[in-house]
Amino acid sequence: MPLVKEQRSSPDSAAIIDFPPEASSLAIRGLSLAYGDKPALNDLTLRVPRHRVTAFIGPSGCGKSTLLRVLNRLHDLNDEVVREGEVLLEGEDIHAPEVSVAELRRRVGMVFQSPNPFPMSIHDNVAFGLRLQGGLSKRKRDDIIEWALRSAALWDEVKDRLRASAWSLSGGQQQRLVIARTLAVGPEVLLLDEPASALDPISTLKIEELIRNLKSHLTLVLVTHNMQQAARVSDYTAFLQHGELVEYAPTDTLFTNPRLARTENYITGRMA
Amino acid sequence: MREASSRRLRLPRGEGAGAWLCAGSVALSLLALLALLALLTVRGLGHFWPSPVELVVLEDGRQLAGERIREVPLARGDGVERLYRTGNRDLDGDRWAWVRVAAIEAVSHPVDLVVLERRRWGQAIGRLAAFQAASGERIEGEAAWAALEARLDELTALRDARDRLREEVILPLAARRGDEGLADGELTAAHGRLRELQAAMAGGRLILDTADGDSLSVPLEQVLGARRPNAMSTLDRLAAWGEGVWRFLSEGPRAANTAGGVWPAIFGTVLMVMLMSILVTPFGVLAAIYLNEVAHQGRLTRLVRIAVRNLAGVPSIVYGVFGLGVFVYGIGGRLDRWFFEASLPSPTFGTGGLLWASLTLALLTLPVVIVATEEGLARIPDQQREGALALGATRLEMLSQVVLPMAAPAMLTGVILAVARAAGEVAPLMLVGVAKLAPQVPVDGDFPFLHLERKFMHLGYHIFDAAFHGGDVQAAMPLVYATALLLVLVILVLNLTAIFLRHHLSTRHGALTRR
Repeated sequence: MPLVKEQRSSPDSAAIIDFPPEASSLAIRGLSLAYGDKPALNDLTLRVPRHRVTAFIGPSGCGKSTLLRVLNRLHDLNDEVVREGEVLLEGEDIHAPEVSVAELRRRVGMVFQSPNPFPMSIHDNVAFGLRLQGGLSKRKRDDIIEWALRSAALWDEVKDRLRASAWSLSGGQQQRLVIARTLAVGPEVLLLDEPASALDPISTLKIEELIRNLKSHLTLVLVTHNMQQAARVSDYTAFLQHGELVEYAPTDTLFTNPRLARTENYITGRMA
Repeated sequence: MREASSRRLRLPRGEGAGAWLCAGSVALSLLALLALLALLTVRGLGHFWPSPVELVVLEDGRQLAGERIREVPLARGDGVERLYRTGNRDLDGDRWAWVRVAAIEAVSHPVDLVVLERRRWGQAIGRLAAFQAASGERIEGEAAWAALEARLDELTALRDARDRLREEVILPLAARRGDEGLADGELTAAHGRLRELQAAMAGGRLILDTADGDSLSVPLEQVLGARRPNAMSTLDRLAAWGEGVWRFLSEGPRAANTAGGVWPAIFGTVLMVMLMSILVTPFGVLAAIYLNEVAHQGRLTRLVRIAVRNLAGVPSIVYGVFGLGVFVYGIGGRLDRWFFEASLPSPTFGTGGLLWASLTLALLTLPVVIVATEEGLARIPDQQREGALALGATRLEMLSQVVLPMAAPAMLTGVILAVARAAGEVAPLMLVGVAKLAPQVPVDGDFPFLHLERKFMHLGYHIFDAAFHGGDVQAAMPLVYATALLLVLVILVLNLTAIFLRHHLSTRHGALTRR
């Protein structure tokens, strides 16, 4: 397909939406990343709007999860990762030496694909991040825990058994607990890595509703395989392929009227 | 429910020989295990059952009294020979008698036959002729038995009182004497009371007429117990059996480990295993954490891992040699030169002891703990680690608060395996600190209470010693069985404790859900 090749070598900048700096929460500039000699991200530049839901879609291995993990600096653990370019959170470089990783991760929370509650009670799971910060009275902490569980639409289901093991919850409840746990430390950005892919349809709907509610005070970044889900919950959608940003547009536009053939092929399922 | 159970029990049909072969192997293994336990139980616990004493009259008119032990067919089909335990080793030079069954004229069970358990020379069997009190008063006939029983009870009470006085009054006083002059008077008074008790215990003897017409005079302080097995009811026998088992468990060994109890060996085994667990667990867990969580997963780590797994296969005696060379002679000898110069040339730490034995076994079981913990760590999904990190936890916080609690059951599995291996090891212990006889257990009231340099007794070594090094193997065999059974039970109890703990830990949060 000669057409595709040509587009890859010179991405059509008109296909990529931009936001004014004051309206964006995250700015990614010229980000490239490789695992050893295996490239994963190639020169990405985009802004993520504040208090909106932005979805990253793309085929497996397109680098969307990798991108999400960069935003949380989870790649710091991996010695093989080579990174170039910068990521700005509210105008500050998150990789700057003076930035504390722990502090960054509190500002940029992350929820993973399958629920990962800790081996503790429901209460302690939500208290985990707060305890790490320290300096809170038990009363204040309990208030925050209740607020976080309410925000995650879980409070009514667990308020009578906060001391029960978190592993006794159902999968969907566990995922909402993980979201509550992340909300409790007061993040500005919430990264969601296929948060509903391990859940049943009802639980998925609850998580999606939660995402829509949370954007009133949070910037959300959602990685998903499920295009209906991206269409349902996100305001903006970015399509990634082979580690490159192909198209980035308001969700309605991208799904109904994609500018590029590659995007159209993917969202209509014509591409493996 | 019923259907399910009947399906489980149904024998495999139409699946060829494979299923039968597998089922047969299971059955055979179970059978072997049950046979082992049954042998140990019957031979070991049966020993304490007061069996009846037979009075045997032979064709040639000789008489003997003893407990029937077993029968062996003679060579050339010459009938059957029967073994009796006749006791009275001081008179006859032997406590066993082989009798041809054909030569037996009559067998009876007279109720007045007495079996004495003595401090020296083992059992004595005969009829009680007379009892002589400390005052010199001589009682004969049936009244002698009543008087003897009463006096023996009295002696037991006195002995208890004396032991209590020693442990609770004299030893603490003696320990304090150095720093306070005040205790001297109390100590003298206590010694006085001790002498009174000892005086009350002294004296008295009994005269025993043996079946072959000899007479035996036994001082009462030599007598540990007396019973008339033929006169006992089943209930009496049960009580005597219980007492025998209890004494086996609670007393020290006598007669070169061929009689008496195994308390110091039980204590030594359990203490050594506990010390070993305390030493090995932190090292093993930290090593596993390093290998699995911290180290770069490269070729070197793989090599180290293979080496650790191979260490688990090194024969235990090799560890014993290492312990002797490095711990006992190397470190122990140096410690002696630095801190215990006064007592040289007699070694303090420069000889086998509890500490070196525990360290050697800790080294021996280290690979087991590392491997089990590593497997536990590897089973924890990375998402758990990342979840903790994503909340702003440092690596240390992530490890201590999320990863280690989840790996705790696996660590305990490692400790269980280590305990099972360590409690049964004998060979390395013989080099680094086990003793044939160490009636003093390594824990007592003297500072520092736990005496790591002392030699200790061990059930495994006790079995070996009683079975092969005792003077009278025939007499020691039942104790060997009983000790072996006890060793199995001790390991079982240690394991059950750890299994209970593991179960408690892993049910606290339900099984780890894996997707």
